Amino acid sequence: MIQVENVSKSFRVAKRNAGLKEAVKSLWYRKYEVVQALDRISFLIPEGEMVGYIGPNGAGKSSTIKILSGILTPEEGLVSINGRIPWKQRKEHVREIGVVFGQRTQLWWDVPVIDSFCLLKDIYAVPNIEFNNNLEELTALLHLEEILRTPARQLSLGQRMRCEIAASLLHSPKILFLDEPTIGLDAVSKLAVRDFILKLNEAKKTTVLLTTHDMQDIEALAKRIILIGKGRILLDGSLSELKEQFPNRESLDEMIASLYRRYQI
Amino acid sequence: MKLYLKYLKIHVQSMMEHKASFFLTMAAQVMTTITAFLGISCLFLRFHSVQGFSYQEVLLGYSVILFSFSLAEMFARGFDAFGSILSNGQFDRILLRPRNDIFQVLATKVEFTRIGKLLQAFVMMLYVIFTSDISWTPCKAAIVVLMIFGGAALFSGLFLVYAALCFFTTQGLEFLNIFTDGGRELGKYPMGIYGKAVLRFFTFLVPLAMIQYYPLLYLTGRDSRTILGLCPLTGFVFLIPCHALWKFGVRHFVSTGS
Repeated sequence: MIQVENVSKSFRVAKRNAGLKEAVKSLWYRKYEVVQALDRISFLIPEGEMVGYIGPNGAGKSSTIKILSGILTPEEGLVSINGRIPWKQRKEHVREIGVVFGQRTQLWWDVPVIDSFCLLKDIYAVPNIEFNNNLEELTALLHLEEILRTPARQLSLGQRMRCEIAASLLHSPKILFLDEPTIGLDAVSKLAVRDFILKLNEAKKTTVLLTTHDMQDIEALAKRIILIGKGRILLDGSLSELKEQFPNRESLDEMIASLYRRYQI
Repeated sequence: MKLYLKYLKIHVQSMMEHKASFFLTMAAQVMTTITAFLGISCLFLRFHSVQGFSYQEVLLGYSVILFSFSLAEMFARGFDAFGSILSNGQFDRILLRPRNDIFQVLATKVEFTRIGKLLQAFVMMLYVIFTSDISWTPCKAAIVVLMIFGGAALFSGLFLVYAALCFFTTQGLEFLNIFTDGGRELGKYPMGIYGKAVLRFFTFLVPLAMIQYYPLLYLTGRDSRTILGLCPLTGFVFLIPCHALWKFGVRHFVSTGS
């Protein structure tokens, strides 16, 4: 269970005008602007639920994921994940979560994927039997047989993403955070990834929090969506309820776009 | 430790993927240090001692420093290259793993190309051991080993400071190389020859002289106090403030995320 209560976080961002003169000036005197990345956000995700976390770029999605996974400490507020505070009990906490950053890799670049997997097994101290079962299952579901022996740098984006997802599930986490898992993937890979996440959630009751800009991801995976904009939670409810609010809109994309406009984010 | 060996295995495997690059870098490494060695040798063709230190004695000091520095560069490379680990998000990933952060940074990079330098330091040391006038005892041999590892700890500590500062500047601070590369350069000669001010600096602030100069005085019989042989332990003590700075840096990173 993920419990988030009144979490706030702000960043200082250095600002300056364009030009060399301004750049030199900023060496001595720098203007900072405080950006409120998260402004008292609260939500509750029960075990086994799959939630789509959406919002425009810079809304605070990645900051939330970072806080939930213990990389970032909020200024205020409470977070409790399976009874633990992520940034206080980091090691115990990260054992139970899996995180996929769509834009970053966690595989060792120059060695075959299977070697990365074996190292992860040792890092998480996964027992042999559990590891072999997980590996077998993930290989079958994500169609990894042919690519396990290829170095990560020679994989296509779609192949790599499937491996990334497998890599974050080898230690059987109860909670999975997916930060834009389908970014840049072709249709076939997207479908494979979606299909897999659905099956995983069904079979293992893994809690999934998914950020994405692809509304088809949301449609296929999440029954519940949380909309965040300018650091605030603007909407938290089921996808079907939302659809009823917009009876004459055809696509989900249009619906979301009009939501963004309604909240001026 | 077992896990570290697993990481090493991955590094060896990665290295095998780029054989040519590995050998070329290693060759280049050896070339640069050989020139340094030749520099010292040429000097001694003209002069027979540097402030009373003979050729062998100077070489002993240099080989110890080269040995320590190469060890630190090889195994603590993750801290030396921490700027890039931080900026490409690898450190976020490190925080996502249920292991100690320092251990993981150490395991992120292992620079095997430094084997060339290590080998050279080793050969130099063997040469000194067999040709110098020092009468070797087990105790003196132990002091040399202590010097090497104390020095490796000291240089690793400097890299750790460098890494900790990356949390605040996001990019590395080149000026810190004065202490690492600079220390290695000065370490070519016994540190006492540079004058009082330099010696004091490298005794109390960055205790490089504790690793090289003071034990060297004992080994060469210039000073009979055995306690000087224990000076290299300062290298390990030096790690304590470095570690504190690192912890402070991590806390800053976790609260700002940049």
